[in-house]
Amino acid sequence: MGATALTASARPAVKPIAVLRSVASTWRRLPLKAKVGIVILVVFIVLAIFGPALAPYNASAVTSQATPEPPTIHHLFGTDNSGGDVLSEMLVGIRSTVEVGLFTGVIATVLSVLVGTAAGYLGGFADEGLSLFSNVVLVLPALPLLIVILAYEPHASAFATIVALSAVGWPWGARVIRAQTLSLRNRDFVLAAREVGEPAWRIIAFELIPNQIGLIAASFVGTFLYAILTSVALAFLGLTNLSDWSLGVILYWAQSGSAVELGAWWWYVFPGMAVAILGMSLVLINFGLDELSNPRLRASASLLRVGRRSWRPTDPTPVVREAPVEAEP
Amino acid sequence: MAFIARRLAFYAVAVWAAVSINFMIPRLMPGNAIDAVLGKFQNLTPAVVKSLEAEFGFHPKGSIFSQYLSYWNDVIHFNLGISTSQYPTHVSTIIGQTLPWTLALVGVATVLSFTIGTLLGILAGWRRGGWLDRLMPGLTLLQAMPYFFLALLVIYLFAIVLGWLPYGQGYELGLTPGFNLPFIGSAVTHSILPAITIIATSIGGWMLQMRNVMLTTISEDYILVAQAKGLSTRRVMLTYGARNAILPNIAGFALSLGFVVAGALVMEIVFSYPGIGLTLYNAVTSSDYPLTQGIFLVISLAVLTASLLADIAYALADPRARSRSAF
Repeated sequence: MGATALTASARPAVKPIAVLRSVASTWRRLPLKAKVGIVILVVFIVLAIFGPALAPYNASAVTSQATPEPPTIHHLFGTDNSGGDVLSEMLVGIRSTVEVGLFTGVIATVLSVLVGTAAGYLGGFADEGLSLFSNVVLVLPALPLLIVILAYEPHASAFATIVALSAVGWPWGARVIRAQTLSLRNRDFVLAAREVGEPAWRIIAFELIPNQIGLIAASFVGTFLYAILTSVALAFLGLTNLSDWSLGVILYWAQSGSAVELGAWWWYVFPGMAVAILGMSLVLINFGLDELSNPRLRASASLLRVGRRSWRPTDPTPVVREAPVEAEP
Repeated sequence: MAFIARRLAFYAVAVWAAVSINFMIPRLMPGNAIDAVLGKFQNLTPAVVKSLEAEFGFHPKGSIFSQYLSYWNDVIHFNLGISTSQYPTHVSTIIGQTLPWTLALVGVATVLSFTIGTLLGILAGWRRGGWLDRLMPGLTLLQAMPYFFLALLVIYLFAIVLGWLPYGQGYELGLTPGFNLPFIGSAVTHSILPAITIIATSIGGWMLQMRNVMLTTISEDYILVAQAKGLSTRRVMLTYGARNAILPNIAGFALSLGFVVAGALVMEIVFSYPGIGLTLYNAVTSSDYPLTQGIFLVISLAVLTASLLADIAYALADPRARSRSAF
């Protein structure tokens, strides 16, 4: 420990201001969509950390109340049919929904990076085998498979849900990362590393993975979204632990308490919107990442209007089709 | 035809995997499924328990390998066992009754969603920055919404508040299913709301992908040449642009099908639509393991068949795919 502290202090110190400045300049370069998405995501993560402490009521408290009450000043998001405060249930429930999404995202992304880079770099039989395996998992319908697995584990814990979601959710990312690895493996820096005699694992870990960090980030965001939507759907179907609040569990109770038929819209609209906004933030981040790497996809900024079409700097030379035809003399 | 042969080999492996997973899951999972099922029958004498176990195929005899072979034999003959929740109906009979509902609804909705989404994507990509293109983020955000949440909103708005369309069940109770006008009319009106939710949540994906590929395609030189030759805008857009840009959409069809099916399963549960998704849900909630597994097998086979068809369509549309051998 002492040795590392010494070497760290012996190096020219990285000024915190410089770090802040580089973070700020990266932030400025991000497309607006990504900025909005990141802000919303951060709000949800803060709510996941502090939400249970902020909840105005005990989420699991039950008063013997038969009908859900619409929003009032005491219960901003109304109450459910057992008198529970919907806002408190949401503040408590966001934590486990975000947790399942984050952990599944991390585990499945690690798996997809390992499989994808190994398949792409090693080639040959290893590639054939790993690609075949990931394509088979990819083509099998995921939700029915998860339902069948969880049918044998009724009211699965968050841990079991994360394991099942990760087991099914990795192949999409693996496929994309394999394709990128294939195009990287014959670049000069990889060939040089191989020539120097570096072992395969070192080339994968220090040459290939750092060079596709953007793709890995996009794959993580995509898996995060998949995990949130799927875990909410599984909870809504009553397949996860119902005594543990999550956004999907609130929706399960709303459905089983016939909230739609009773017209108790607040009971399912608020938690449903929370999931939708969380999902939207991830979609926006992924759009932003896409646009960062492919400027052609940007929708409206810096448009040049020629004729009736809009052009941008990356387009080919504009051809004016509807030019006014000079009248013949 | 090397492409098709390779894809056929791939789907053979996928079918083998689906059947094997189905064989393994009950043998790997903890918990005693048999007790859960037999708990439903009260006051059984040991002899009755024995005969029920034999009838449901619990405690199979022989080594794991011979069990596996006999399982394959059952699958090939569509002998999927007896449902425990609807005893003594065969699983294959129940699936035969419910599968047509799902195939009709999900099939029509998926084809509509793919066609409309691709067409809108062509237009949005062609007129970048136009009103359709500006609408895109809104449409794609529908994808971020949980499927069943949109379904709940649609039911509340159109069925309960406005009362325009019925929801729940596949047709008006009291009608006899068959080829008669009242039944068909009722079945169609009952399927409009579910179909709208399927289309609304899946159309954005087709549209976005088509638009993005279209953007890359229309900056190709041959588009410029086509325009310079003075071809009509429609011809350039459809025959030169869209014809080439549609390939990834067709290739993506096979992979996206799983998501559509997943959404449709949940949709059926919300709408109480009498298809295979609702049956799967009921089977899971009543611990009917033979039915659960039979349905998973049928859904997997259906998805794999549709994916294979999409791959063949891709091979027909893209000459390069026919000569290239790619997974």
